Parts: sequence; structure tokens; C-alpha cells
Amino acid sequence: MKGWKTALGVCLVAVMLFPVYWMVNVSLTRTSDMRADPPHWFPWDPTFEGYAAALGQQLPALATSLFIGLGTVALTLAVSLPAGFALAKLRPRGTRTIDFLLLAAQMIPAVVMAMGFYAIYIRLGLLNTVAGLIVADSTLAVPFGVLLFRAFMAGIPAEVMAAAQIDGASTWRTFRSIVLPLSRNSVITVSLFTFLWAWSDFIFASTLNRNSDVIPITLGIFRYIGNNTTQWNSIMATAVIASLPAAVLLVLAQRYIAAGVTAGAVKD
Amino acid sequence: MTSLRTTGTVAVGGAAHAAPPRRRARRRARRWTAFAFLAPLIVYLVVFYSYPLYRNIELSVHDYTPRAFVQGNPEFTGLENYLDILADDTFLRALRSTAVFTLASIAAQYAIGLALAVFFHRHFRLSAALRAMFLVPWLLPLIVSASTWSWMLNSENGIVNAALQAFGIGQINWLTSPDTSLLAVTIANIWLGVPFNLVILYAGLQNIPADLYEAAGLDGAGPWQRFRRITFPLLRPVSLITLLLGLIYTLKVVDIIWIMTRGGPADASTTLAIWSYREAFGTGQPDFSPAAAVGNLLILIAFAAGLVHVRLQRGEDRA
Repeated sequence: MKGWKTALGVCLVAVMLFPVYWMVNVSLTRTSDMRADPPHWFPWDPTFEGYAAALGQQLPALATSLFIGLGTVALTLAVSLPAGFALAKLRPRGTRTIDFLLLAAQMIPAVVMAMGFYAIYIRLGLLNTVAGLIVADSTLAVPFGVLLFRAFMAGIPAEVMAAAQIDGASTWRTFRSIVLPLSRNSVITVSLFTFLWAWSDFIFASTLNRNSDVIPITLGIFRYIGNNTTQWNSIMATAVIASLPAAVLLVLAQRYIAAGVTAGAVKD
Repeated sequence: MTSLRTTGTVAVGGAAHAAPPRRRARRRARRWTAFAFLAPLIVYLVVFYSYPLYRNIELSVHDYTPRAFVQGNPEFTGLENYLDILADDTFLRALRSTAVFTLASIAAQYAIGLALAVFFHRHFRLSAALRAMFLVPWLLPLIVSASTWSWMLNSENGIVNAALQAFGIGQINWLTSPDTSLLAVTIANIWLGVPFNLVILYAGLQNIPADLYEAAGLDGAGPWQRFRRITFPLLRPVSLITLLLGLIYTLKVVDIIWIMTRGGPADASTTLAIWSYREAFGTGQPDFSPAAAVGNLLILIAFAAGLVHVRLQRGEDRA
């Protein structure tokens, strides 16, 4: 009786994930079969030439993206953790103003930010640098981080904090030894999303780093598409590799994802 | 939490009149502590948000040639860039494309997301795992999705045309014909946005009390009636927020369109965001001033949507 829902669900997932399947399929297709008509629906005769080419050419870009992702996570946490704590527990002045600014910040189109950063970086000599890209990428995540930390830390019982303060701990001490350990889950959520956004960023990379030798993987794929439209197996193999962080995230951290998407949108 | 806040307010309120000096000092110290924790964020917002925004406005009221960009001596032109843009042929076309792309995207994403959320609402075997699979499009890097869709929609070798051929439909030049390129990028964007809508609407459904459905079931209401009389009205606040976030988000979209069509052919898929991006970064001849003006127009539109969002949220809170 209930089996039909599962069956229908599997079909829906199959439709939804068909492009992903197709990406994997094409990545394993031989160059000679690439223009077969009709296309091969299944890689009966798989080849790893695409992956060999991808790893041979894109390994530095993957390393760059990893570094940028980790750097962006560090910067985002450094800014948003203390701010989230202050807004949740210390009742600072100007909370409403900051709320408004965080909301407004999320509405600014990335292309506008990119132009602003470009104008600033060209003077500072930060164009085509990894550091510049880390700063720009962090703007994608900081408002989200602050809002999520604030929502989470507001839920930490006041007694826990009061107890620490009675023991003579300073606010900084309370933050470091009580609040941070309790906020582990939200730190994981924010870190995962921040990493994924920085890893996936295309707009900042294609504007602020476009003439660089050190490019992230997104730009690597983009240049690939522009250069040779015949070797789609290599392009799709690179795409599969670039998707690995998302896959890892989905398997290892599913509950953190749902928490991240719903935070700020439904609950307040 | 609530009790602490109340006592805190009382203490602060009482102190305003005749506080003993020590308590006042402590209060000031606490304020400084709060400020110290907030300081990184404040500096960050000023340096990395306000300043780029300011530079963007400055770009839009000057005539920045590439040389003036480096030397820093552009000519001040006031609102000329804005007037030029509004008079440009591309403007109306881009505005229309933006409206079509945005509205079609959020309407379809919402409808599909809602249908899926209702489908997954009642647990069944594997439902949690299957629902998780729906997140995949949202987690993939955009360049990955966009290049995959590009190849699927390829005129000669794409799987979509191959499948359509089986139904006797001839070759469609999805990405290379001005008639279909906007449709093609819209389809890809709908696919990208479904997961977000599903997750939020699903969470919204969880907050509707189950006994309402039971009562309706006892009264003999069918599935469609339950959806129309209970689910849809009670989901209204969540729906509004989902649609508005979708609107704000979709207005800004650059990557998916740029990677798939670069706004072409013949500007057919050029939205305002794409227009801005192309003027500034898309050609060999960067033209930052009009690009910044287009970007600022886009901000105005997004802000208008944001104001509606805040309004609606306040209204819902009061209700």
C-alpha cells in the first residue's frame, strides 16, 4: 500500500538528479563516442582519460580552491562568532541598526560587490591575489554566520553564563570556554556553508582573479569550456571532482545543511 | 532567557535615575565589552560592504575610462550614466528578460517545491534519504551545474534534443537561438532553486499541527480539500518569505546565465545583472561607469523587494 510512494519518490529523484548522472556518464565517455547520435545512455566502455586529463591540469586549481575555502572559513568565523555572541548575550547598543545592515548586505548583488572590490583592489594591488579573493568570498558568508550564531547562542541558558561569571570568569573567558564549546554544531554548519560558497564562487573569481596564474577550480572549468569544446569528458571529469565537497557534505553533514537552510528563513 | 532580559532591563532602567557610581561604572564596562565583541563585525561591514558600495556609486557618477581607473582622475558626470542607460535599447530588453527570468523561475520553483514538500510531508520508507537527495542541485558549484546543462542542451550532441527526437521533435538550438536561450537558462535556474524551496516549505509544513488534518479527515475532507483549506492558508507566511527570498536571490543571478549563454545570442538572455557584468568584465573594453549604474538600479529593485519583505514579516508577526 505504502510502497507506491517510495517508488514515486525514487522516480522523482531520478528525474531531478538526471543532470548529475549525465555529468558522470559524460565524464566516463571516450572522446570518439562523444558525438555519437543518439548519445550513449550508459558508459558501457568507460574510460578514465577525462579524469587523467583533469587531474593532470587542474590539480593546482583544486589546491587553490581548498586554500581559499579554508581561509574564507577562518575569516568568517573570526568576524561572526564574537559578533553573534555580542548580539545574543551582551545587549549592545545599535542592535537594530546592525540587524538592518545585515539584511541589506544580503541584498547587494555580487556583481555590484565585485565592481566595488575591483575598484579598491586595483589601487591596493590586490587584484589576482588569493588574499583578495578570500576577503571578497567572505562577504558571501558573514551575514549568514552572524545571524546563525546569534540565533543559536540566544538559546544557551542564561544560568550557564551566570555560573561562569560568578566564578569570576571574564566575558572573554566565558565566551571562549563556555559559549564556544556549546556552539560546536552551529560552528560546523557555518563552516560547511562558508567553505562550499567559497569553493563554488564564480563571480568574484572571474572578476577579481581573471588574469591570475593562481586560479580556483571554478575558473579552471570555465577556461576549459572556453578553450576546447571537444573534450567534454575532461570538462565533466573536472566538474565531478569539483562536486566532491558537496557530496561529502551531503553524506556527512546532512542535518547541518537542513539547519542552515531553514535558519533565518522560517524561524526567528 | 526571558527572565534574565527582564531583570536586566529593570536594572538598567532603574540605574538611569540615581545609580550608585559603581553600578554605573560596571554598566559602562559592560557596554564597552559588548562593543569590543562587535567591533570586528562593524569594521568589517564598513570596510568590506560600505566602502565597495560607496566606490560603486562613485563609479556610476563619473566617467571612468580604463586609464582614469588607474590614474584616478575621472570626469564627474552626475546622473548622465543613468540617463544613458535608461535611453539605451538594451535597457528595456534587459528589464523584460529580468522580469521573465525572475518571475518564471520563482513561480516554477515554488510550485515544484511545494508539491514535493507535500509529497514528502508524511513519512514513508526512505523518505528522509530521498528528500536529502533533492538537495544535490543546490549544493553543486554553479559552474558544474551550468556546464552540465550546457552540454545537455547542446544542439547536435545534447541528450535533451536526442530525447525530443524520439518524440519526433526536430532539433532545437536551445542556447544558440535568440528564441529559446532565455527559456533554456530559466529551466536550468528552476532546477537549481527547487531544493531551497523544498527545504523551507517542508520545514513550514512541519509547523502545521497534525490534529488539524485529523479533524478535517474526520469531517470527510479529501486530500485536495485539506491542501486548499489547511495547508495552503497556514503556509502563507512561509510561502511569502520563500517567494521574496527567491525574488531577491534570482534578481542577482549572473553565473548560470553567463556560463551558459553569456547573455546571448543577440542579448536574448541578457538580464540587468548580466548587462552590468558584461559592461564591466565581459568584454575586452571594461566600461565600469554604466555597469555600476545598472548595478545600482538592481540594488534599488532588490531593496524595494526587501522593504516588502520586512513589511510582510511585521504584518505576520502582529497577526
